[in-house]
Amino acid sequence: MFYNWTMRTIDTRQIGDCVYRLALRAGTRMTDPCRAALENARLKERGAAQYALSTVLENARIAQRECLPVCQDTGMSAVLLEVGQDVHFTGMLLGDAVNEGVRRAYRDGYFRKSICDPLSRENTGDNTPAYVHIDIVEGDHVRITYLPKGFGSENMSRIFMLTPAQGKAGIVDAITETVRLAGARPCPPVVVGVGIGGCFDSCAFLAKKALTRDVGSAHPRKEVREIEQEALEKINSLGIGPQGFGGNVTALSVQCEVAPTHIAGLPVAVNIQCHCVRCEEEVL
Amino acid sequence: MKTLSLPLSAAEILSLHAGDAVSLSGTLYTARDCAHRRIFELLDSDMPLPFPLAGAFIYYAGPCPAPAGKASGSCGPTTSARMNSFAPRLLGLGLGGMIGKGEMSEEVRAALVKNRAVYFAAIGGAGALYGNAVKKSQCVAFPDLLSEAVYRLEVEGFPLVVAMDAHGNSIYDPAAPVSLQAASGRTERK
Repeated sequence: MFYNWTMRTIDTRQIGDCVYRLALRAGTRMTDPCRAALENARLKERGAAQYALSTVLENARIAQRECLPVCQDTGMSAVLLEVGQDVHFTGMLLGDAVNEGVRRAYRDGYFRKSICDPLSRENTGDNTPAYVHIDIVEGDHVRITYLPKGFGSENMSRIFMLTPAQGKAGIVDAITETVRLAGARPCPPVVVGVGIGGCFDSCAFLAKKALTRDVGSAHPRKEVREIEQEALEKINSLGIGPQGFGGNVTALSVQCEVAPTHIAGLPVAVNIQCHCVRCEEEVL
Repeated sequence: MKTLSLPLSAAEILSLHAGDAVSLSGTLYTARDCAHRRIFELLDSDMPLPFPLAGAFIYYAGPCPAPAGKASGSCGPTTSARMNSFAPRLLGLGLGGMIGKGEMSEEVRAALVKNRAVYFAAIGGAGALYGNAVKKSQCVAFPDLLSEAVYRLEVEGFPLVVAMDAHGNSIYDPAAPVSLQAASGRTERK
């Protein structure tokens, strides 16, 4: 028997503190690639559509300068943890530590508490519980990605269980149709996260994970990249435009993540993100 | 950009056209999903409402808490379509109009025309900017709903776009004029 001397011990309080920092930062700032994409989109629009983009860019500047929530929907907290398998956690339960970080950030940041019971609609009062996803990976690090997700856009998300015969064309149609049906409601120009493959629930997670990529980043695999580009072109010919005011830019980016699936299926999940991507990451 | 102060006269409302940019000041009341349900319960049981509906404007919004020294936290619009089932009845009772984001239903369009009211679009996601334009905020009903409670807001210079006017036009229609003050062209929707 070997004793693993490389085991690294991390007090979960450190995880909570990190989530706290990430949540405060994410709530008050739009990511740089998102801002660059919006500035680029502004050049392609006129009239009310351009006015809408100028307003959201000005808003992002105000929010960052004054440390104010960039959008009042400070979202449901998605916390993606990549945990090296040589890490040993001590202290409170990992999930409790994450929620503690969220709780303090939403209090100290004057963020809106948006989480409630689905039936009674009673607010939990502190924006917990967060949605926590854990992947075990090689190494002794912990990567924490924090994505606060507003529900104006989340509500417009869909999942499709396509048949293998529908193939790439079916995937592109599913993505485009989801954005078309969403119309002005999710605060376009949107960022579209797409999961392709896996099973019903892992496919939906892939779609969310895709939203943590930099806006405008392309998938390394050529076939996937082609789907991203083709779907983006089709979406931008819909004419919905910024805020639904009509125009050339309905989506800033389509970002797909893939995973092996069953021979009988082709799951496709489409997770819609509004024009204001807020996402922060840290590695411990 | 037109500058308007609430309450709006019938003539002012009729002068507005989908696509017009407006800077709006005055008193608004926030209400979203849960507050609307409660308002309807009050209406159904003939109880007094938290604010007089006649000529009032409802802002579909749930603000962030106000930091020290500010009247309001971030306070952008929420998706109006979720209030499609509520708006026509309130318009029939004299509501002056609504502010939110995104398209509303054909029933809402008809009610806006019938009752000579207007639906303004605020720019979704611009929460900090709208929050700074709120000069006073007071909770007037349902405090247990937290951010979903009804707040009376005094706002100055809210930047809005007329989304659906009293003449039946909508900025979200495929053939709608989307230019500010109809100044420039647009891409046709397919």
